[in-house]
Amino acid sequence: MTTLELPPKPALPVTPLPPPVLRRPRSITGAASWFTTVDHKRIGILYGVTAFTFFVLGGIEALLLRLQLARPNGTVLSAEAYNQLFTMHGTTMVFLVIMPLSAAFANYLMPIMLGARDVAFPRLNAFSYWAFLLGGLFLYSSFFLGGAPNGGWFGYAPNTSITFSPGHNIDFWVFGLQILGIASTTGAVNLVVTALNMRAPGMSLLRMPIFVWMSLIAQFLVLFAMPVITVALFLLMFDRQFGSNFFNPAMGGDPLLWQHLFWIFGHPEVYILILPAMGVVSEILPVFARKPLFGYPVMVFSGIAIGFMGWGVWVHHMFSTGLGPAAVSAFSVATMFIAVPTGVKIFNWIGTIWRGSIKLSTPMLYAMGFIAMFTIGGLSGVTHAVSPHDRQQTDTYYVVAHFHYVLFGGALFGLMGGFYYWWPKVFGYHLSEKIGKWQFWLWFMGFNLTFGPMHILGLQGMPRRIDTYPAGYGFEFWNLVATAGSFVIAFSVLLFIINVARSKKHGERAVGDPWDGRTLEWSITSPPAHYNFGESPVVHSLDDWWHRKYTEDEQGRPVRREDHPGQPVPDSPEVANSVHLPSPSYFPLIAAFGLPVMAYGMIYRAWAVVILGAIIVIGGIYAWGLEPSAEPGGHDDHGPELPGPDGDGGADVPDDGPQELVPAGVAPLETAAPESASAEPVTGEGP
Amino acid sequence: MNVSRRVRRLLPLALLLGALSSACAPNAPQDTLDPVGPIAKQLDGLFNPVLAVAAVFFFLVQGLVLFSAIRFRRRSEDEAPKQIHGNVKLEITWTAIPALILAIVGIATVITILDINKIDKGADVLDVTVTGHQWWWEYEYPELGLVTANELHIPTGTRVELKLESDDVIHSFWPPKLAGKVDVIPGHTNTMAIQADAPGEFEGQCAEFCGISHSRMRLRVIAQSPEDFKAWAADQKREHPASAPGGTGEVAEGAALFQSRGCGGCHTVAGYTQGEIGPNLTHLFDRETFAGSIFELNSINLRRWLRDPQGEKPGNKMVLPVPLNEDEITKLIAYLETLK
Repeated sequence: MTTLELPPKPALPVTPLPPPVLRRPRSITGAASWFTTVDHKRIGILYGVTAFTFFVLGGIEALLLRLQLARPNGTVLSAEAYNQLFTMHGTTMVFLVIMPLSAAFANYLMPIMLGARDVAFPRLNAFSYWAFLLGGLFLYSSFFLGGAPNGGWFGYAPNTSITFSPGHNIDFWVFGLQILGIASTTGAVNLVVTALNMRAPGMSLLRMPIFVWMSLIAQFLVLFAMPVITVALFLLMFDRQFGSNFFNPAMGGDPLLWQHLFWIFGHPEVYILILPAMGVVSEILPVFARKPLFGYPVMVFSGIAIGFMGWGVWVHHMFSTGLGPAAVSAFSVATMFIAVPTGVKIFNWIGTIWRGSIKLSTPMLYAMGFIAMFTIGGLSGVTHAVSPHDRQQTDTYYVVAHFHYVLFGGALFGLMGGFYYWWPKVFGYHLSEKIGKWQFWLWFMGFNLTFGPMHILGLQGMPRRIDTYPAGYGFEFWNLVATAGSFVIAFSVLLFIINVARSKKHGERAVGDPWDGRTLEWSITSPPAHYNFGESPVVHSLDDWWHRKYTEDEQGRPVRREDHPGQPVPDSPEVANSVHLPSPSYFPLIAAFGLPVMAYGMIYRAWAVVILGAIIVIGGIYAWGLEPSAEPGGHDDHGPELPGPDGDGGADVPDDGPQELVPAGVAPLETAAPESASAEPVTGEGP
Repeated sequence: MNVSRRVRRLLPLALLLGALSSACAPNAPQDTLDPVGPIAKQLDGLFNPVLAVAAVFFFLVQGLVLFSAIRFRRRSEDEAPKQIHGNVKLEITWTAIPALILAIVGIATVITILDINKIDKGADVLDVTVTGHQWWWEYEYPELGLVTANELHIPTGTRVELKLESDDVIHSFWPPKLAGKVDVIPGHTNTMAIQADAPGEFEGQCAEFCGISHSRMRLRVIAQSPEDFKAWAADQKREHPASAPGGTGEVAEGAALFQSRGCGGCHTVAGYTQGEIGPNLTHLFDRETFAGSIFELNSINLRRWLRDPQGEKPGNKMVLPVPLNEDEITKLIAYLETLK
């Protein structure tokens, strides 16, 4: 019998390889893959680790300040060193800690809570992170290049002008913040589009988890507030670099213009800082009280109200600048009224835990601590609104006490609670409860010891931003107490780090839903698969996961459904292997890298370097646009793009064609289940 | 949990008691809780009831949180609390009540704002122009033809209207016991009033970050009876014979050094030198403090200052390219001591 001779097979079309510069990396594992990842979960972790590192740096700066202020006529720091450290402490905590920590949580959780596989623009997401990291490093490089910024985190003109601040310190501040502003604004675009466009079927806006709502409002605020400070920084840059006079009264400019621009940004900024943490608290309380959030619609609308009203109160930072009775009256009253939606939240949170079944696990301790501490900060804020007396309070330690109670006692308490709450989901193991409780109480005590006395110091006449104070003015005792308190906080942070390190090895392994949660992130494994959901969930209500597990009896008490397994079920291998996600990419990092290059060039007036940096940014973005949506032969490749039904190339909808055309020799994984078995592509970047 | 409960309950109490006791502390010269004179008292009068209302809300919220943590503590894992989603009546109530309270506070606030922004132009008002410099305060009495620095003398029982200006960056003029602070902003003229009804000295300091030596820019308001104030003002206007150097010995040599070492280039001594940059020193030794009121005025401190002004107040404009030696300092001090 002769060998069967088959007619020669037609040559299979092969995906043409793109030019080498536009190759996308293949691997999504390994150390190097962290630099090219576009996975929102990894980016969230990167944000979290980086922000926490800056938190330690900002904390060390604070400890140095407190050491200097522990005694009158302190000699720990020179006046110049003190001014650099307090400027960097504020700048770090606002821009390099709280904002990116909020971004860490939003990045990781928002897509999952929405039932999505990633954010709308994964590469833009990576770009935002790298711009943040590089902006922070750029800012900190100033310590080694002639001195860190020393004009305060608020940078008032004309003190920050080239006349009164001739060194490069303020230039680092200006350009550093511009880079960070780019990071924040691109992140805001991403998260807003994600929340509006990528919700799972059935998830109307008023079925979104409250954390998503608060983050969404905060990101809208970022979108509109960052441009204002961008303008202010551009004006300052022009004054310092190119001799303009926007803030120079001798030539017709006005220092108050800086203040208005800064605070029109600055006040919405504080709501940017607090709203996500409020969202975290609103997620934790219901789970650990086993009761739904009290008044969910009101919580949503009060958040929106705060977002809107936050634009109408900025002058309360300027009550002593002589703006006249009409302006001061209007803004005093507006500031008082923004306390109303804020107060409503406090009462609704109490309503949530009232008659609940409260378990004081560490996340719950932090969430309840938030309610207690934020209330104190809110009340001192209301006293600031009484602007005649604010003439006594402003620029004193009374204000320092106020904003630390809302930012530390509020935002940081909330975010720490979030760490303990979502840690098992993200990493697959729990942080130690035992260490956690010790850590919380030390944090709580240290915090109150440090900042409680500052109310007294301020009312007794101690101004802020002073590198030392004389003896005999009644400031000694409470300053010493505050310094002691700051070291208790430091010890508590150390305990947290120890908890993290120990738990990696000894932490209790986590199931998918360890807390009996209410929202979608608890419906998938811990940690989640890299694609989050094998099949897109269909949402029928708010707290959809809870309602799949429980029904209610006549009294409204929850009753477990028998037909529900209780815990999430991992996906089958067919499903797991069929999901396509965007490939990693080099260009977000490359494009971001160009930004500090431009900034260094501007500071040192090396115009060739500026141009080089610009080429890197623009070239990086251009390549980003041209690179293929998936690396050929990589995990997510499924053949060349065929002309779609309407005749144009590069169809974006899945079709059954490509699977037959994958070149032979590709691993079976790539030719597994047909694309139609997977959920609709949920990213904006094509199949 | 007993310890933590006690701690949580006691901490705010301890802080309050601390505040109250510190308010009565003898050594709190900048204490806003101990106002003097009608203006500071008016601000305090508005603050106290608001603080009381805030305290009520404080105890209410903390109480509810603590109560809930204890009363609704989970005692068994099969607890199944009623899934209550809200209560419209309750939510309306706890929105309306705070709004109402704030409206009342708002009205009282606006009334006070309108009052404290009034500028009194009456005949029995004293006008003073305050100019902030890095890092000292200058006072000019236009009606009296006086210029002085650091210490603002005022007569008791008299409303003093201050015009506030700046020579360089933003500062803030703040004598806490007498009044709240108002900023001095280059290119702007702000106003505020102070008034003391009994003699006394009231300390303060710059309260807007103004550069490296912001913490070293202090001030003093010295309230004297109208007769004493008149005497002080007349004295300030007198051209002392010592303003024009004469005599021999240390004083004369000091006077000569005052010129030759460049002091007169920055400091005015009426009848002798004219300098626009530093404080007017014509009647230096009538003052209690110097160098932006960071030092008591005596020869020991003067010596310390003259040895190393940059070390005492970094960045200030008094730069001595060649430091003064001890002998020169002795002579200068001898001369300065005659400037009364």
